[in-house]
Amino acid sequence: MSKLLSIRNVGKSFGGLHVLHDVSFEVPAGSIYGLIGPNGAGKTTVFNLVTGLLPPSAGAIEFQGESLVGLPPHKITHRGVARTFQNIRIFKEMSILENVMVGMHDHLAYGGLGLFFNTPAYKAAERRARERAFELLTWVGLAHKAELVADNLSYGDQRKLEFARALATEPKLLLLDEPVAGMNPSEKTALMEEIRNIRDRGYGVFMIEHDMRFVMGLCDRIAVLNFGRIIAEGTPEEVRSNPEVIEAYLGKEEAA
Amino acid sequence: MLEQQLLNALTLGSVYALFALGFTLVFGVLAVINLSHGAVFMVGSYVALALVTQLDAPLWAAMLGAALASGGLGLLVDVLILKPLRVRNAPHLIPMIATIGVAIMVTSSSQGLFGAEIRRFPEETLPAADFMVGAVHVRVLEIAIVAIAFLLMAVLFITLKRTQLGRALRAIAESPKAAYLMGINVEGLFHVTSFVAAALGGIAGVLIGLDFNAITPQMGQPILHKGIAVIILGGMGDIRGALIGGLFLGFAEVISKAYLSSQMGDAVAFGLLFLILLVRPSGLFGRVLERKA
Repeated sequence: MSKLLSIRNVGKSFGGLHVLHDVSFEVPAGSIYGLIGPNGAGKTTVFNLVTGLLPPSAGAIEFQGESLVGLPPHKITHRGVARTFQNIRIFKEMSILENVMVGMHDHLAYGGLGLFFNTPAYKAAERRARERAFELLTWVGLAHKAELVADNLSYGDQRKLEFARALATEPKLLLLDEPVAGMNPSEKTALMEEIRNIRDRGYGVFMIEHDMRFVMGLCDRIAVLNFGRIIAEGTPEEVRSNPEVIEAYLGKEEAA
Repeated sequence: MLEQQLLNALTLGSVYALFALGFTLVFGVLAVINLSHGAVFMVGSYVALALVTQLDAPLWAAMLGAALASGGLGLLVDVLILKPLRVRNAPHLIPMIATIGVAIMVTSSSQGLFGAEIRRFPEETLPAADFMVGAVHVRVLEIAIVAIAFLLMAVLFITLKRTQLGRALRAIAESPKAAYLMGINVEGLFHVTSFVAAALGGIAGVLIGLDFNAITPQMGQPILHKGIAVIILGGMGDIRGALIGGLFLGFAEVISKAYLSSQMGDAVAFGLLFLILLVRPSGLFGRVLERKA
């Protein structure tokens, strides 16, 4: 499998606090990759580095063989990296349809003037964007609510909207930050299906997740982060049987 | 009589609204209270005056020139002052204080360049036409001021509501971080917003300059106070609120000057404002502002 995202010897420190040390792993295309680890291990920091919200202190981050380091976040999105947040960040004051359309940047020029002159190019671009937004909303099962203000959605539906919105940017790699947080078991099962579905459509999926059953059941490969270091990497079976992992992470959970 | 005062109030109120619109736009998108907006407004009227008197420019061209000059100044403030503060994650008060510094610098430079005395557009450059509607004396100039203000507000309103640019700006207003990850060029749109808001402020300056035909380096200060009042009244960052609030303040000021006391117009207008805020502390269209970084 070709590698989509490659993280090599990445370090990050805030002042004197070292959050990540020498982190290296690769996310292949067409697979689901999981990053797990205890609270405070530095997982969300990894996401912030990949999406350009923070610069790494050391190391290289490459996407499809090209460096992402130093690019502003919107350019990284344009390269094909999309992300959802641990605490949902949909645009609550906008309609559900608008939430999805806002991510369609490359496909719908900023041009405000087209509207006033009602140009054919403007109308065509707007119509294509609406159609594509409806496709994505249909896929996550929210098409019938498209005109509602997003604030009205239930928690589970807000997560689905975040998915549709992330996919609207036409990513090649989807970063999911704790996608099942706050979901009940049936919602989790449904989401698992959807994530497999996303992978099978050819996207790469890279997720942070606390729910061990979810991660082990879903991911093709897993990296384990503990105190800012990768302590294990491999298939779920390999990771599950790694003594260091059991001690650092699983062991604690069993004891709890 | 009342009809005549209502026309005066509409003229003044529409300019207040236009001024407040730029002010509230910057607050909504950049989350900065830009206190140089009054100075930018003053620069607009001086630039228009200079274009008319020095280059014999027609009024429409002078207004366009003023919009570009004020917009350019707004852009410069964003690039040179606000952006470095954003990069360093400066706390909210710092950019606000920095813009007070900008206002002082610009005001005092204008005083040095143009002198402190009141300057006026030469009478022959202003449209002199007028007519009577019933007992109301209508100047074409007033009609033009109201029309220009409302046209610009309508264009801005539709842009925000219906275009991809508008969606992007509203997304940034809710969460710059999430907007970035939707592929929106947040920094670029901060610059665009600063330019457009300042250009609107500059045009408001030209319109007020024409309405009263009196331009001074200090003219930005009172309107800045009124602009703050308007956007607090309307609800911080709310476009409709700026429109309604601006018109309200114009009406309150003109009507109280005409019927209560010519000296105490501002006192009455601001007194009313306090009363409204007692009843609605977050403003007419205000909502509790919760913005994620």
